[in-house]
Amino acid sequence: MSLEWFIEIIVNNWPMFLRGAWMTLLIATVGTIFGALIGLIIGIIHTIPKSKSRIKRVFLKCVSIILSVYVEFFRGTPMIVQAMVVYFGSDLIFHIDMNRTFAAMFIVSVNTGAYMAEIVRGGIISIDNGQFEAARAIGMNHWQTMVHVVLPQVMRNILPATSNQYIMNIKDTSVLNVIGVTELFFQTKTIAGNNFRYFESFFVACILYMIMNIIVTQILRYFERKLAGNATYQLIDNQEMLRGQKAS
Amino acid sequence: MENIIDIMHLNKSFGSHEVLRDINFSVKEGEVVCVIGSSGSGKSTLLRCINLLESPTGGKILYKGQDILDQGHNLNTYRTHLGMVFQQFNLFNNCDVLSNCMVGPIKVLKRPKEEAKEVAMKYLKVVGMDRYKNARPHQLSGGQKQRVAIARALSMQPDALLFDEPTSALDPEMVGEVLKVMKELANLGLTMIIVTHEMEFAREVSDRIVFMDQGIIVEDGKPEEVFNQPKNERTRAFLQRA
Repeated sequence: MSLEWFIEIIVNNWPMFLRGAWMTLLIATVGTIFGALIGLIIGIIHTIPKSKSRIKRVFLKCVSIILSVYVEFFRGTPMIVQAMVVYFGSDLIFHIDMNRTFAAMFIVSVNTGAYMAEIVRGGIISIDNGQFEAARAIGMNHWQTMVHVVLPQVMRNILPATSNQYIMNIKDTSVLNVIGVTELFFQTKTIAGNNFRYFESFFVACILYMIMNIIVTQILRYFERKLAGNATYQLIDNQEMLRGQKAS
Repeated sequence: MENIIDIMHLNKSFGSHEVLRDINFSVKEGEVVCVIGSSGSGKSTLLRCINLLESPTGGKILYKGQDILDQGHNLNTYRTHLGMVFQQFNLFNNCDVLSNCMVGPIKVLKRPKEEAKEVAMKYLKVVGMDRYKNARPHQLSGGQKQRVAIARALSMQPDALLFDEPTSALDPEMVGEVLKVMKELANLGLTMIIVTHEMEFAREVSDRIVFMDQGIIVEDGKPEEVFNQPKNERTRAFLQRA
């Protein structure tokens, strides 16, 4: 191995590498966003209080069983296998010729959703019961309580776990090459297949994956810090008010 | 004056443990009622039953003559008519002070934003927290949090305010500022039901004192009567300890 080979591979193939990296980032980002949404919605459904009406109770029980099956299936099977089953299964059973990119986004989304459902559940449990009570006491229903009070706090709490999931997604999209998605791993394989420089080509891919993850991590850290806010509140007229209190 | 709340034969049990037994009492418009009694006597449970944070196991609760335990009565609408102030403040941690007072009026009462802001600022001024409108709950002291919580309850412009031991979680030097605000509200003629351990305060502000022991109302009367000439032995024993 020599440095010239390295540079030559980058110079000759950079558009392909970049297209691959872009595709990887796109699938992972879309997958994480939709996965997080799925997780939040499941979280809302799982915490609906027991209704007095019997029909509603039975209906809710059914929904909750379906959701459990969903979570267990996608958490309990490898994504590479899910990719094969969903992509080829949709063609065979439903006669849908799925666009590969769409299939990839779909699989990553539902996979992430299954994990996020558990993360969100943990996040909701960690919220103090007083928050729910205060929301109910001013007349909010379950949906309003969740959307305006609980989930904003949950989202802040689960941001580190979500970042983790995002990074895993960036790396795990590489398994989607089995259904021919032109993400970074697939592109690298193609490049290496042409120049027979496997080590050098994949080393470039390595670096690209790492750069993507470092950037994503830093961006999410920035958001975490921003959401944490300041510990103290500075009143502009603080001194004035203190004086006023003493005087009265 | 009109009765805002009538409670008739209210029972509440957790499993086999009876917390409230055959509670009967009413609150008139403009009345300030303090509920006193030792820990575990059921005062807080009674208060939480009134706005149905706990569902009673028996009896009736009438709000302006309507049975709210009736099937088909909208509980969420009912709760908007009663403001609740908690021992642990329970400010919404995701909102700043002003939003805490606006989220209810906007999202639940569907008031326009401008109007909600005006009302919220008005009540924040009443509790003396208007200058902190952009502060977050974790940046405030306990007493400040509780005053914001009172403003939040007021911003819904409820018919009555329920206080669940509002000063019990506060440092001694912060109790005063909260009690002062509550006294002002009482003077404004608001209907208030207050569960408290502050006997001096109760004697001073209330029109009526309700003494509870072991899940029943032992005594219900004017503060002078209850404090100076308690009829019941248990009330006497409690007041001597307190």
